[in-house]
Amino acid sequence: MPETGYLIAAVAVAGLITLALRALPFAILKPLRKSRFVQALGRWMPAGILLILAVVILRNEIMASPGRLWAVAVATAVTVVVHLLGKRRALLSIAAGTTCYVVLLNVL
Amino acid sequence: MRPQTRAGLTDSLGVGIGIYPLGIALGVLVVQAGLPWWLAPALSVGIFAGSVELLLVSMLAATTPLLTIAVTVFAVNFRHVFYALSFPIHRVRPGLPRAYSVYAMIDEAYATYVLMPAEQLTSRRIITGQLTMQAYWVLGGITGVLIARSLPQPIEGFEFALVALFVVMTLDAVRSRKELPSALLAGLAAAVAILITPENALLTALVVFTVMLAARYLLTRRSGSGESGAADA
Repeated sequence: MPETGYLIAAVAVAGLITLALRALPFAILKPLRKSRFVQALGRWMPAGILLILAVVILRNEIMASPGRLWAVAVATAVTVVVHLLGKRRALLSIAAGTTCYVVLLNVL
Repeated sequence: MRPQTRAGLTDSLGVGIGIYPLGIALGVLVVQAGLPWWLAPALSVGIFAGSVELLLVSMLAATTPLLTIAVTVFAVNFRHVFYALSFPIHRVRPGLPRAYSVYAMIDEAYATYVLMPAEQLTSRRIITGQLTMQAYWVLGGITGVLIARSLPQPIEGFEFALVALFVVMTLDAVRSRKELPSALLAGLAAAVAILITPENALLTALVVFTVMLAARYLLTRRSGSGESGAADA
């Protein structure tokens, strides 16, 4: 088992870098918030960033075990359909997709 | 309970069913890697960035050099730089609440509050939501430690909640913000990134997407349409 001092140092290093990445842009961008370009980015970015995260996380799940591609595809389709038909109640859609995936992996 | 506290708790529920099972996965991994149990809560308090926490478990078990860890964390979490462009931080009270909000800027917190109309957001609501999200992580990790110590085989597949969460949030974002052009550009950026840098697709996709939006801004401004200005008014 690694030494306790090493583990604490690693958590501290990783934590400080993460904190800096989150805090510095807010500090630097403060004077830029009034700029039209930054405002346009603020308006255009959210939907796109979410889509990118969704695609990358989906891909990671498939890459982690390629044999599960079909299960990922089915569960994703169930999530989308339930969300579009079920009046966009996020909790319901997430629960339906996840239950479907767990059942496909463990029961079949 | 104050209404804004209740609103924050409700906000966090949707992402909670995605975060909690991932927390359990983290706790299970920590135990299975032969690391001490306290590392699960330590990661969720000291770093609080889900993907990096899961990544670090195997790196720590292999006693990876600190410099390698630092570079990896920088690369994986660099996307947080982009959140500052659009997160409604001005709705959070300056001082300790704002400092906490920045520290706790996980993907799920960004996604939850960037989509809401800013005028509906209060400091109490955002901070409650973020604190609860962190609680899901910490408690999930401890649950995972307990499960790994008692069960030989945990049930597979709960990590799909994270996939479902982002699929659902993307659907809502594309509809409520009428941002189909952005979604198409983002899809294109993701495809390009996966093709040219499969190992670091997330970061590349975000950079490509930002460059595309900069080009879009220049084009709409040059075409003289008041679109970018009028939408602000």
